[in-house]
Amino acid sequence: MEYWLPLIFVSLMGLALLLYIILDGYDLGIGILLPLASDEEKDRMIEAIGPFWDANETWIVLGIGILLIAFPSAHGMILTHLYIPVTLMLFGLILRGVAFDFRVKVAAEYKSMWNTLFFVGSLLASMSQGWMLGAYVMGLETSMTSVAFSVAIALSLPAFYVVLGCGWMFIKSEGELYNKAARWARAAILPMGVGLFLISIATPIASSEIAAKWFTLPAAIGLMPIPLMTAVAFFTALWVLSRPQILQAGYGWIVFVCMVLMCLMMALGLAYSIFPDIVIGKMNIWESAASTASLQFALIGTALAVPMILFYTIFIYRIFYGKSQPLSYE
Amino acid sequence: MELDPFILSRIQFAANISFHILFPSISIGLCWLLVYFRVRYTFSGRDDRLDWEYAYFFWVKVFALTFALGVVSGITMSFQFGTNWPGFMERAGNIAGPLLGYEVLTAFFLEASFLGIMLYGKNLVSSRTHLISAFLVAIGTTLSAFWIISLNSWMHTPAGFTIENGVFMVDDWWEIVFNPSFKYRFIHVVLASLLTASFFVAGISALRARKNVDGPATWKVIRTGVFFAAVLAPLQIFVGDMHGLVALENQPAKIAAVEGIWETEKGAPLTLFGFPDEEARTTHFAIEVPKMASIILTHHADGEIKGLNEFEDAHPPVAPLFWSFRVMVGVGFLMLAIAWWGSYALLKDRVGPWLLRALSGMTFAGWVATLAGWYVTEIGRQPWVVQGYIRASEVVADHAGGMVLSTLIGYLALYAFLLVFYIFSLHYLSSKPARSLRATIDFAANKNAATGAA
Ligand code: HDD
Ligand code: HEM
Ligand code: HEM
Repeated sequence: MEYWLPLIFVSLMGLALLLYIILDGYDLGIGILLPLASDEEKDRMIEAIGPFWDANETWIVLGIGILLIAFPSAHGMILTHLYIPVTLMLFGLILRGVAFDFRVKVAAEYKSMWNTLFFVGSLLASMSQGWMLGAYVMGLETSMTSVAFSVAIALSLPAFYVVLGCGWMFIKSEGELYNKAARWARAAILPMGVGLFLISIATPIASSEIAAKWFTLPAAIGLMPIPLMTAVAFFTALWVLSRPQILQAGYGWIVFVCMVLMCLMMALGLAYSIFPDIVIGKMNIWESAASTASLQFALIGTALAVPMILFYTIFIYRIFYGKSQPLSYE
Repeated sequence: MELDPFILSRIQFAANISFHILFPSISIGLCWLLVYFRVRYTFSGRDDRLDWEYAYFFWVKVFALTFALGVVSGITMSFQFGTNWPGFMERAGNIAGPLLGYEVLTAFFLEASFLGIMLYGKNLVSSRTHLISAFLVAIGTTLSAFWIISLNSWMHTPAGFTIENGVFMVDDWWEIVFNPSFKYRFIHVVLASLLTASFFVAGISALRARKNVDGPATWKVIRTGVFFAAVLAPLQIFVGDMHGLVALENQPAKIAAVEGIWETEKGAPLTLFGFPDEEARTTHFAIEVPKMASIILTHHADGEIKGLNEFEDAHPPVAPLFWSFRVMVGVGFLMLAIAWWGSYALLKDRVGPWLLRALSGMTFAGWVATLAGWYVTEIGRQPWVVQGYIRASEVVADHAGGMVLSTLIGYLALYAFLLVFYIFSLHYLSSKPARSLRATIDFAANKNAATGAA
């Protein structure tokens, strides 16, 4: 038990954060694109995420929650180190979360202000998350390389979210907006790809621990599928985007699937790089784990609740399946 | 002036949680009111049906806004423990972690997911599924209060644990969750929220009635709010009294400060009003009712109550507790008076403009009492975070003062801005008839029908 429980919880945490990146990623991406759309299209874009965003965001609460439940000392260490980006992310999430409602509930003259805040909040949250990710991968060091690396991810993650957001819009929108989403995705996917590529190269250079894990021989071969699959997903997305006739035939959703696949592969790669540490080079998952009695108690709840959560999440995605409808209240 | 990161972290935590609680205190109660509207709508005859539907339309909009503010400020809360109080989780994480975890797993996902259907699902699900969704959201908000209040109560009256090397270890979960003060605190908090929501809907509807918006639907909401409050207010006073008894048992210094009692006394008087002075260790200009404090707190005229001097240097600051408590209780009795007056007038069908004004004036009375109550509870725990075991100063993160100050200023500015817009939007919405919302819904339904036919 003492050996397995931390493993189970670290996997669950990874899963929650991965789901967060994918799910909130698409709605943050749409937020970043908002200023490019016409007023009427802005409403359509928000309709495409309205019923989902709140539950999407809850995954980060769960991810951080598991960190807290299962690895309390790592929780403290990580969050105190990331004090500034965490605070900025929270400011971003606050602005964006309330803008959803305020933009339709204030007198018309304030609507455009809340649209702008929606954009600002989304961008701020995305960039701060990139910064957090970068600093975390660098083992929470405060060196120059670490800062440079964090900045690089802070700039690439929004691009990633943007493409993901376009993928979601292919699923949810039609007509002119669909075409615009294609244009935006084409513009964002190359910078995103270059960013990701550079980061992948930079990671082992910047962190010797990670390099050691990737470039020892039997492992290196076993790991090949990860970069390969990532590349395949990327080029498939690129290919679909550059073929208007395929997009017009309604196959835009392939882009979304490819992006999800890339997320998955990168998460696997990252997990491999870090494991079994929870803070790279400082603390592993067993050292920082909570007591077995606490983890057992938490596991019971998790085992009962997670399947239910997945079940009703699917139920809700099915209810709102298809092209989005004008948001009406009741 | 030197910037003390400890004081700043405390202020920041207090600011964040105070802002957060404003919204749950409305949404927990309002959600049950919405379920009530929805049930009335489902089971009413033709004439009333439309009114209940309007009531629901209007208040679900307000709910969505309130809920969104609750969610975003709550996310801030869940990061706070790590960013500012890392030592707390290192030492009490075995207990606090799972409780917070259960809140996320059982409550947050439930509310966040079904909220989508509740807000946008009208044309996509049956009326029954819709009612169930509203009900699940209400269950979710109440469950979330259950877990967080359980943790909070445990911090006041810790139980069910052992300590190994300074770290709390679980001994018995049942004792932890249902710790000695939990039952009272949970009931007191849920009642507080229902009362807050009742006065909130009655107050805004009174404004709408004066502007003549939505006719009979608005009056139905006023009646609902006032009648609910008339029943809940006395209950709350009763529960509050019991809550005080439990606090006396577990945190006597807190109650001594609340009552402004300095020396241990048999037959202690109740101080209605006065100015406690910690330097001089006395209460100036006290207006007292002889023996009353003993009667209330021990139910004996000669019962003994421990004075503050027994806890020198280890008791909480006196004046904030003394005052906050009087504010809460004062608002509690004011609520009782207005709810009963209102019920009487409504039943006799003699509602005058003064009643409507009084109700509008009380719109945010619940906020005042709730915040005051939490200040009593939380400041009353000082200097402890976990009563008797962990001091706040031991678990604070060692950030630079300037950094905490800048984030604090950021939060305060953001909160002020949001609060202004929240109240401003309520005001704006309150002048709009529910029918104007109705139009968009019909439009959507028609559009659906049209696309369905095509
Ligand atoms: C008595 C009630 C109560 C109290 C004392 C607190 N909360 Fe809360 N919280 C709620 C009642 C609530 C709620 C009713 O469940 C909310 C408010 C409105 C809402 O959307 O859910 C919520 C939302 C909410 C959320 C967002 C949930 C989501 O994503 O849907 C988080 C992360 C927290 N809270 C965390 C906290 C923490 C860490 C607290 C204390 C330190 C805290 N809350 C105090
Ligand atoms: C929701 C209403 C609440 C309000 C208005 C509130 C208010 C406050 C205030 C004013 C303080 C600062 C006291 C001081 O430093 O003098 C404080 C401290 C604190 N409270 Fe609460 N609180 C609330 C709920 C909670 C809950 C639910 C928890 C935990 C589950 C909690 C945990 C803490 C902690 C960890 C501190 C910081 C350490 C300290 O200064 O004692 N509070 N709270
Ligand atoms: C009028 C009679 C009331 C009495 C005698 C009373 C009593 C108390 C006491 C003794 C506490 C502190 C408990 C502790 O620290 O352990 C408390 C806390 C609190 N009160 Fe009241 N109360 C009354 C009315 C109200 C009203 C009308 C509201 C709100 C609408 C309210 C909301 C709260 C809240 C939110 C807390 C903090 C949470 C808690 O510890 O329960 N109270 N009350």
